Amino acid sequence: MTSILEVKNLVKKYGDNTAVNGISFDIREGEIFSLLGPNGAGKTTTISILSTLFMPTSGEASIGGHSVIREAMAVRNLIGVVPQELALYDDLTARENLNFWGQMYGLSGKKLKARVDEVLEQIGLTDKAKDRIKTYSGGMKRRVNIGVGLLHKPRLLFMDEPTVGIDPQSRRAILDSVKALNQQGMTVLYTTHYMEEAEELSHRVGIIDRGELIALGTQAELNRQVGENDTLVLHIDESQNGDALAQAVRTIHGIVKADVTDHTVAVITPQAEEVMAPVIIKANELGTKIRSVDIQEPNLEAVFLTLTGRALRD
Amino acid sequence: MKKLLLIGFKDLKLAFRDKAALILMLLAPFLLTLGLGAVTGRFSGGSSNGISHIPVALINQDGKQLGNALVEAFQSKDLDELIDPTLYNDTAAAYKQVDENKAVAAIVIPSGFTESIISTQGEALAGKGVQIELYSNPTAPTSVGVVKTILDEFMSQVEVGRAGGEVTVTQLVASGRLQLQQAQGVGVAAGFSQANEAGRYTAITLKNVTSSGETVKFDVLALLAPSMAMMFLMYTVSHGGRTLLLERDLGTLPRLMVSPTTPAQVLGGKMIGIFFTGATQMLILILGTTLIFRLEWGDPLAVLALVAAAVFGAVGWGLLLTAIAKTPGQVSAIGSALMLTFGILGGGFINADNMPVWFRLVTKVSPNAWGLDGFTTLALGGGMGDILTPLLALLGMGLLLFVIAVLLFNRRGLTAR
Repeated sequence: MTSILEVKNLVKKYGDNTAVNGISFDIREGEIFSLLGPNGAGKTTTISILSTLFMPTSGEASIGGHSVIREAMAVRNLIGVVPQELALYDDLTARENLNFWGQMYGLSGKKLKARVDEVLEQIGLTDKAKDRIKTYSGGMKRRVNIGVGLLHKPRLLFMDEPTVGIDPQSRRAILDSVKALNQQGMTVLYTTHYMEEAEELSHRVGIIDRGELIALGTQAELNRQVGENDTLVLHIDESQNGDALAQAVRTIHGIVKADVTDHTVAVITPQAEEVMAPVIIKANELGTKIRSVDIQEPNLEAVFLTLTGRALRD
Repeated sequence: MKKLLLIGFKDLKLAFRDKAALILMLLAPFLLTLGLGAVTGRFSGGSSNGISHIPVALINQDGKQLGNALVEAFQSKDLDELIDPTLYNDTAAAYKQVDENKAVAAIVIPSGFTESIISTQGEALAGKGVQIELYSNPTAPTSVGVVKTILDEFMSQVEVGRAGGEVTVTQLVASGRLQLQQAQGVGVAAGFSQANEAGRYTAITLKNVTSSGETVKFDVLALLAPSMAMMFLMYTVSHGGRTLLLERDLGTLPRLMVSPTTPAQVLGGKMIGIFFTGATQMLILILGTTLIFRLEWGDPLAVLALVAAAVFGAVGWGLLLTAIAKTPGQVSAIGSALMLTFGILGGGFINADNMPVWFRLVTKVSPNAWGLDGFTTLALGGGMGDILTPLLALLGMGLLLFVIAVLLFNRRGLTAR
């Protein structure tokens, strides 16, 4: 497969703060590529550079053979962008919004009308097309937000955390639509901090943290980085802090890593069942109440924890 | 260009769907015009003229052709409803009338006034002339403004007559049709003839016959309505500029910037949008006041040209404001302050003519002052040729401010916070 996007040593600095620190990757035509990382990892900055909104401090990126730095207009014709925040005109109807954005991408006349009708059908809002956006629910707005990015049938679609802050039903609809678009041949760059979304959607995943791409590959390739380790997830009482327990657990033989997120202690170990008893004993000694325990097989959360020593939602 | 218009029309549509903005764009200036019109008596009685029977004290120390012509102008039948003149022999008595609010102004025509303009000795006296003195009551700026307009028009006609007489005589002598010895007599006769014409045409400013044969009367609303429209036009342009920063914060501006649309198209489109909105607002107000208050705005073509120029000038301010401010809130705050300041400077609330020279100069930074100048000129019967100065000033202002705004935007970037 040929690469539609190539990124080499991309850097973006804001004063002393480095938002993106020398990342390199490529996206192959027809794949869904996810950038997985916690908030503030540099996902949106990366998409902003690749979509020609920001200039990089250094490095190079090209889309369809066109430099995002020197051939911005050519790049913009190839890409569609679904921003993280809703970017719609609340006082216009869904059809008016789609008409306007379609015209900004050079569509007009019958072609525009046909595409707007198709997209409305695709996002399931044909019946509500004449209603103003401000009367829509959050999920419906998200769907229109995605629809705008699809109007001109881009070769590469950037989707920046499109499921943040929406209900499970709308989230499911969005994930299904991403898969459907990909089946129709669209290449997608999808950013998320939800491990489950990256696992479900992606052909390949890039894990980004503090502006650096710390791992890249298929899910199976990434899982191999944590070896045969499982994750023991301890949900502790909400009134208690898990830091002391995590620190105590690290001293147990056979524990690779232990970290705390909110009221959850995640323990990476090759022998989850064997270490469960000593972990619970430590918890009892510290007076930490454990409400439930899960054993998870290798996943991207574990990969992130293994590589950074921190949980994904930090 | 197509994208500029698309962005512009989108903004126009959004502006007219914003109920809060509509109240300030249309309802507020309309109600204020109505209220101020009522206060000035515009809607009381059967008269269509809000200002009438302005008491004026006249002292004619000249007693010759031009002095008499000026007195006759103020006593003419055409100004019967508007001016209530009284002749005084004593200057102090006339001033006392003004001081005691019994007259809005005293006009002293000094001795030798006629001869200072048309010398019977054949001397060229232009520039050496004695000056007419206007002693006015500062508490009645609008009425004083009317009196001053009549006076200015009279003096303007006199000057035209004097210059015309000189040119005529010079040409006749040069062509040999008039002997040099005869020139003095003909010149004096021509001057006196023009003096009489001046008296006859003084009412042009206030009561003019239009092409349809109808008369146009000075109407206080012709001052109030454009003044309110111009003031709230400043709200509209600052509101329009605010939408640029609002779009940046709401994400639609970055979305535009990643579409195949150049920053110049985005900025130009926003400018067109603000222009469309401002022009529509002005035209609705003009149409509304014409239909409801029967206000005569003057030559429609000239009014349209002035609306376009005034909105262009105001849009320049709106863009500059947006380029300077960092948040939509800042635009709103500074925009409101600017709207009121320009409203005052524009002359809607005070008569700048009665203010010191420095104040009159400061007023010229506001599109309101130029706009009001043009609109009142048109309402008083002027045409396109009479409003060239305000037209050019407004267009120049808009262009200059647009260039400065673009430079500022280029410096910090359209989407930068």
